[in-house]
Amino acid sequence: MSHVADRSRRRPREGQILIRGGRVIDPGHVDGVADILVTDGKITEIGRDLKTPPGIKVLDASSKLVVPGFVDLHVHLREPGFEYKETIKTGTAAAAAGGFTSICCMPNTNPVNDTRAVTEFVLDRAKTAESVHVFPIGAITKRSEGKELAEYGDLRAAGCVAISDDGRPVMNGMVMRRALEYARAFDLPVVDHCECMHLSEGGVAHEGLIATKLGLQGMPSAAEDVIVARDIELAELTGGRLHVAHVSTAGSVQMVRAAKARGIRVTAEACPHHFTLTEEAIDEFNTNAKMNPPLRTSRDVQAIKAGLKDGTIDAIATDHAPHAAHEKQREFEYAPFGIVGLETALGLSLLLVEEGVLTLEQMLRALTSGPAEVFGLGKGTLRAGADADITIVDPEAPWVVEPDRFHSKGRNTPFAGWKLKGRVVKTLVAGRAVYP
Amino acid sequence: MNLKRKDLLGIQDLSVEEINLILQTADSFKEVSGREIKKVPTLRGKTVVNLFFEPSTRTRTSFELAAKRLSADVINFTTSTSSVVKGETLLDTASNIQAMRADFIVLRHPAAGAPNILARALQASVINAGDGGHEHPTQALLDLFTLREKKREFRGLRIAIVGDISHSRVARSTIYALNKLGAQIRVAGPPTMIPRDIERLGVSVFYTLDDALQGVDVIMMLRLQLERQGIALFPSIREYATCYGLTPERLHLADRDVIVMHPGPINRGVEISPEVADSPSSVILDQVTNGVVVRMAVLYLLSGAK
Repeated sequence: MSHVADRSRRRPREGQILIRGGRVIDPGHVDGVADILVTDGKITEIGRDLKTPPGIKVLDASSKLVVPGFVDLHVHLREPGFEYKETIKTGTAAAAAGGFTSICCMPNTNPVNDTRAVTEFVLDRAKTAESVHVFPIGAITKRSEGKELAEYGDLRAAGCVAISDDGRPVMNGMVMRRALEYARAFDLPVVDHCECMHLSEGGVAHEGLIATKLGLQGMPSAAEDVIVARDIELAELTGGRLHVAHVSTAGSVQMVRAAKARGIRVTAEACPHHFTLTEEAIDEFNTNAKMNPPLRTSRDVQAIKAGLKDGTIDAIATDHAPHAAHEKQREFEYAPFGIVGLETALGLSLLLVEEGVLTLEQMLRALTSGPAEVFGLGKGTLRAGADADITIVDPEAPWVVEPDRFHSKGRNTPFAGWKLKGRVVKTLVAGRAVYP
Repeated sequence: MNLKRKDLLGIQDLSVEEINLILQTADSFKEVSGREIKKVPTLRGKTVVNLFFEPSTRTRTSFELAAKRLSADVINFTTSTSSVVKGETLLDTASNIQAMRADFIVLRHPAAGAPNILARALQASVINAGDGGHEHPTQALLDLFTLREKKREFRGLRIAIVGDISHSRVARSTIYALNKLGAQIRVAGPPTMIPRDIERLGVSVFYTLDDALQGVDVIMMLRLQLERQGIALFPSIREYATCYGLTPERLHLADRDVIVMHPGPINRGVEISPEVADSPSSVILDQVTNGVVVRMAVLYLLSGAK
């Protein structure tokens, strides 16, 4: 009897995987060489030299990093309505290739995701894509027109994890107040693209030396700062959860830092391009460096790095914004804002580690548990019992950014030709390989 | 001699040697323009297309005359609405024109950087005839040519550029050119019309016209775009004319031999009083005359580069 029992215990079970010998980093919990046992899509054990049945499926991760799958709070999947730019299938494939296992998609589709029906459509398409987890973000106002609140209760019940009128910031302070207040009932964070549309009217680039040289209409830093200031005051007034999207100015970083110190419920994200590039990147009218908020000055870049370092900024988010090639091959002033980011985020974030701005653990936290906590996703961790959303990274692998090899439909990146170090070699979602 | 470049997109990337070469070449074409027969066969068989997406009589006519005096064939393609309305991109429009074997495309466009797009994509030489608020290189070159006739020496020349610097491609090209040549540049206008960080281009900024004009050798008045009044940049034409209009009294603040320039078309009684526009100090019509010969020089020098 005991002989039989022993044999059955040591027989590998269907649905078991051992990730062996990698450097496992679960920010705040684990950092060391270990094995991870995955059973039926969940992490069941982490430890050194785990005893496992012979014949179990093994992923050799020696000399690799084994980390929680990345979480992106800010992605434009473009479907429904703009499938020529990206679909949920191509967007999730790009996410998987970039090491992301959970992505939150913005509601500025056509129709806008302001109802349960659109949310359910997005989730249904995401399920069919069989790739990474997709968490929809609903609209703050109907059709994102900035006037009437959308149905947050129904959106939350349908699966939305936050609300935002991204790209069309809520200009009316009263509407924003009511949104922050009403969203409290459903514990939804309100994500604001902070931009005073009056101050940035007609602007296509940061208001500074480069815009002046090129004769382009500028968007001053103050256009962002005044809305960040307004929103922080409203968050304090209402007790609502404010999340500041794509922080781009030194002023925003400082205000978020001060607000956190005052105990206001505010969180913030920063994009890799905003801590990597300055306004100089648009010289020669490079439309692939045109985004909103715009690339700013080295002083702003330094402030964002400092904000990531001291935790003022909770998350690295990509603001992945694919556009068709012909849309970017336009006059600078007429080209749409936005760049793709899912497939370059890791390589650019690792530059912060190489520069000594962040420790590897801090950087990984900003891509995993940091963002997961902002929206309360229950993701971004390797603890036993969690979904086996795991990314395996070769931290030393050099590679060149070649947009033609992106999984995204978008090729619009200012990083084409950049030599980066650190590549995703495998992405698992609930124990299943979604990349390669 | 020729310019070792295919296109003329702006003054910013021209060297002093290239600027001087253009001015010297224009000297010889000025002589041609004084003849009974104002035509040379230099560009016979070449095709110049004036592709204008903004209304412009002066610049287009000037390029047309320049090309014709060099015996080139000229086509004018002018549309204020642009083919954007029909859904065609700028690049597609220009590719079609190149497919008809144009040698030069002279582009006027409301968007900054539009000529750069064409220059990268086309074999034809692209000449920027004004792109949004960016550059207007042939205007700056004809201004240099006129200055050189009147003042001889650029180095140390004190010049005040007055008006809406923010939206002016003429101001930018002039600043780039005169900086390279060692002049002292002042810009003047209401603070709403002075773009951020302009001092970093090597100019000094004045908000009071009387201060800006003290002792200058050259005054360049910019055309006021009247539609920018109201909330945008200034309260009224009346107030602008009072504070920033060039009057005979203000002219006395400048050097005794001051010259007054204006890229045209002028708003009489707004940025410049009729007395000043018609005074002996005004070289506004010399600028127009010189525009043709400078553009002849540019066409000629670029044709040799191919």
